Amino acid sequence: MIYKAIVFLPLIGFLIAGLFGRSIGAKASEYVTSGFMVIAAILSWIVFFNVALAHGDGHEVIKVEVMRWIQSGGIDVEWAFRVDTLTAVMFVVVNTVSSLVHIYSIGYMHHDPHRPRFFAYLSLFTFAMLMLVTADNLAQMFFGWEGVGLASYLLIGFWYKKPSASAAAMKAFIVNRVGDFGFVLGIAGVFVLFGSISFETIFAAAASYLPAEGSPEAGQAIINIFGLTLDKANAITVVCLLLFMGAMGKSAQFLLHTWLPDAMEGPTPVSALIHAATMVTAGVFLVARMSPIFELSHDALTVVTFIGAITAFFAATVGLVQNDIKRVIAYSTCSQLGYMFVALGVGAYGAAIFHLFTHAFFKALLFLGAGSVIHAVDGEQDMRYMGGLRKHIPITFWMMTIGTLALTGVGIPGTMFGFAGFFSKDVIIESAYASHSTVSGIAFTLLVIAALFTSFYSWRLAFMTFFGKPRASADVMHHVHESPMVMLAPLYVLAIGAVLAGVLFEGYFFGHEYAEFWKGALFTLPENEILEEFHHVPALVKWSPFIAMALGFVTAWYMYIKSPSMPRRLAQSQKVLYEFLLNKWYFDELYDFLFVRSAKALGRFLWKKGDIGVIDTYGPNGVAARVVDVTNRVVKLQSGYLYHYAFAMLIGIAALVTWMMLGSSI
Amino acid sequence: MTDWPILSTVTFLPLVGVLLLLLTREEGTYGRRNILNVSLFTTTFTFVVSLFIWIGFDNSNPGFQMVEKHAWLGTGISYHLGVDGISMLFVILTTFLMPFCVLASWESVGKRLKEYMIAFLLLEVVMVGVFVSLDIVLFYVFFEATLIPMFVIIGVWGGKDRVYASYKFFLYTLTGSVLMMLAVMAMYWQTGTTDITELLKYGFPAGMQTWLWLACFAAFSVKMPMWPVHTWLPDAHVQAPTAGSVILAGVMLKLGGYGFVRFSLAMFPLASDYFAPFVFTLSVLAIIYTSLVAMMQDDIKKLIAYSSVAHMGYVTMGIFAANVQGLQGALFQMLSHGIVSGALFLCVGVVYDRLHTREIAAYGGLVNNMPKYAVAFMVFTMANVGLPGTSGFVGEFLTIIGVFRVNTWVALFAATGVILSASYALWLYRRVIFGALEKESLKGLLDLSAREKVILYPLIALTIFYGFYPAPIFDATAASVDQLVNNYSAALQAAKDLALNVH
Repeated sequence: MIYKAIVFLPLIGFLIAGLFGRSIGAKASEYVTSGFMVIAAILSWIVFFNVALAHGDGHEVIKVEVMRWIQSGGIDVEWAFRVDTLTAVMFVVVNTVSSLVHIYSIGYMHHDPHRPRFFAYLSLFTFAMLMLVTADNLAQMFFGWEGVGLASYLLIGFWYKKPSASAAAMKAFIVNRVGDFGFVLGIAGVFVLFGSISFETIFAAAASYLPAEGSPEAGQAIINIFGLTLDKANAITVVCLLLFMGAMGKSAQFLLHTWLPDAMEGPTPVSALIHAATMVTAGVFLVARMSPIFELSHDALTVVTFIGAITAFFAATVGLVQNDIKRVIAYSTCSQLGYMFVALGVGAYGAAIFHLFTHAFFKALLFLGAGSVIHAVDGEQDMRYMGGLRKHIPITFWMMTIGTLALTGVGIPGTMFGFAGFFSKDVIIESAYASHSTVSGIAFTLLVIAALFTSFYSWRLAFMTFFGKPRASADVMHHVHESPMVMLAPLYVLAIGAVLAGVLFEGYFFGHEYAEFWKGALFTLPENEILEEFHHVPALVKWSPFIAMALGFVTAWYMYIKSPSMPRRLAQSQKVLYEFLLNKWYFDELYDFLFVRSAKALGRFLWKKGDIGVIDTYGPNGVAARVVDVTNRVVKLQSGYLYHYAFAMLIGIAALVTWMMLGSSI
Repeated sequence: MTDWPILSTVTFLPLVGVLLLLLTREEGTYGRRNILNVSLFTTTFTFVVSLFIWIGFDNSNPGFQMVEKHAWLGTGISYHLGVDGISMLFVILTTFLMPFCVLASWESVGKRLKEYMIAFLLLEVVMVGVFVSLDIVLFYVFFEATLIPMFVIIGVWGGKDRVYASYKFFLYTLTGSVLMMLAVMAMYWQTGTTDITELLKYGFPAGMQTWLWLACFAAFSVKMPMWPVHTWLPDAHVQAPTAGSVILAGVMLKLGGYGFVRFSLAMFPLASDYFAPFVFTLSVLAIIYTSLVAMMQDDIKKLIAYSSVAHMGYVTMGIFAANVQGLQGALFQMLSHGIVSGALFLCVGVVYDRLHTREIAAYGGLVNNMPKYAVAFMVFTMANVGLPGTSGFVGEFLTIIGVFRVNTWVALFAATGVILSASYALWLYRRVIFGALEKESLKGLLDLSAREKVILYPLIALTIFYGFYPAPIFDATAASVDQLVNNYSAALQAAKDLALNVH
């Protein structure tokens, strides 16, 4: 019952605000949706304590059936909730952030005439996200997956009068669909390999799926996928990679990342909820949920590690030079998601979910803080027109500082003193080093460099926004004001999380209480000992993130406080590199050329030359040309070919019947 | 109830409406209103009666039910009706869509309203007739007869290029039907019966199956339509009045799919198996090719017409995957597409009635003054894209899984439709609905009227309902589909055994 309440309260909120928002008014819509979300959040914490922190007797998974969905042959899919520790963690993350964002939005969207619609979308998103994390089978997961995509599309394009917002919304949906293309095929692949798409059956079968080494079955080809004849081990790799393609789309990983920065066109609370804390982590959740089959494929995990490391590095480099306050944080999100995928790839699933958990708090804090800044300076998002805001909006400043400290991972290695990001990021870097993956060296190096960059761009953001001389117009500076309480209170709550989430939960997520906490929700093979091994890395490795963080801070301080003219000079002397980073490695231009333009050109070509030029010319029009005189004369249908046709048909039928009558009488 | 010839009743009930219309005068103050009321009442009543078919239908029986059989002229041809899980829901779909067609024509049809309604009612008779016929000659007559009313509807009440469009429509279908006629004759010559139930059991020799299959393919692929014989559809849609488009997309296209399942797959399994790669190729081409073409259209109706061709690609692909998922997915896709594409054409009709243009460029920013319309259009756009939670998803998902089991390459190419459909549908939505309201001509547009709400809201409800709870449809189709798939694989197995014994 409690599980149904958690999932369906946002749905009810959506229906009320969506269907009756106009009649009950904006205030009522806000209170109803936010109220339901707060209840759901409280219930989520109760579930978290009952399911995750209780000392249960082991592998128990709660299953709540709702109703039938698709039954067709071997596909037997129900609407049902699967609640285990992984789900409970996601409940807490999703509902906490969502309820805070709902409350925050009451203040942030104060002047918007379409508030009922906004709150309806927010609740719809939350419902879809909850369906995703409670999914009992891959089809339901796909429902949630696409549902959050729809909500994201609607919210990015919320200000539909802005052409850039509509374009960004479309781009987000379509790029995500590229990932979904892989996801759908992956689901089909799972069905072919396991004969089912419900988790219970898949996980049960996965344990004994791979034939023992040396057994006659090993190496035997069982299936042909895309022209490759595969044995069981390779088949599972292909399926995992297809599923991972879906994860790459939703979590904005390298090559499919282009939609995330553009998604910042949406209102800022949306960015905090969807494009930082929850939806974009769905890919991480997918891989963690499917850990029983990902564990079976080293090759797939290597790809996951590699893509994650590249993303962490790539996004951090782009973040270095962006001037839009939200885009810096967006690239940071992209980069942090890369960290999570590295953790997944090296088999440290707990570390990945741990980072997901802490990241949700501090990244939502940073986004909502950025929203508070934007609110204060009258909608300006370009940091070049900010500066010196510290005195004017002190609370926002301190909250953002806490977020920055957490993101950059400030803490003292070897002790329990540190902000949330310190714990979760450091275990990922250490795990990357400790793992036996073939790409562990690359991953470790890229992650440490990314940590340095993270620290630099985070402090750059802080210094450009809050320190130095004001660069905004006097008129704007005159109006700068601290946000109202309804916007600040969510920041306080998130700040508590950003400070404490790491130190309180490290032992559970990826420490001594690992087995007791997860209760088998994350599957690892017996030979996967990353949980033990990451403790035994050299001291230099343990200190490397700290050093990187400190270096980044000092550099940022030097360039933006000590000698503020330096960035400009550096940009001018390294113009090519600067332009390359500023233009995000030219991915948008490349994709526009490769896919958008070429698809349009191809479409036009097929239409004009294929349909009209070839098929019609040699088909109906060719014939028509022979009888064109007839058609010209026969404009009126009464004397037209209709009668010819009907007549021909009648004669045909008459002939047929006659022939049959003769036939039967003989 | 059991003796009552319910199938005949549903089939010919609209004729009563036709009779009444013939007695009504269009002139005079109440003439127009009377015609509309009679038509609406007839179609609604027919739909309500047809629901009794579903109520009385036994889901666990894979064979034909509610059978009526009367010998005719002692020729071997008989008046033989019946439905099974495959055909029953198409009957309901047809009767369900008719009242919407009448409502959609409420104001937009100005001239010759009486004849127009008569054409639609006759169309209903023959369309239902196709689905309930269990005699191949009867089937052929109904199948061909669907053309005439549609031909008239496009040719008389169509847009300005209606003559060209109806001509194209005619030419394509004529080729197909001549060949099918030959197939019908050959089947009779071989078996001595025209009874579909007998023909299903017959088991044609392999060589003959090939020729019969090809002849039927010519007729059904044009109706479907499959690439490359699809070019009549965009023109026909563009020129047809709104209600004509609804029927064309909603029911007429399904005649082809139904034919494939009932004849090609069930009667000629060996040939179906042999030609499956050929059908897969055409299906994949249809999905990719027409999606790309759809993207570049600047006429709303043409865009939706091309997207229909792409969606029918999933259907043909699923049918010839010849497994339970593929077949049920294909049937579901056809039913869902009947609702969704019908609804999309109704949506186009709403703005066409206001502005009398289908140019995409003439619109933009409609969400500002037509928010309810924007929501309705959004729901159907998402269903067209195949978003889970709408009926569009279920069929697409199952056909991809079904075909993945048979041929992964086909699944790979078909799945690109997931990306392409999002591209063209969302781009259309953005250009028509989003943006600021800048065009003067659009500023005065009013949101949905009560009549338009009555048309669109039930379709929204159904689209979402079947997205979340498709079980009623699967329950009805499951037994018949299972039987068909079993017979199919048994036939293939038998042929294989035979080949082994010979060697």
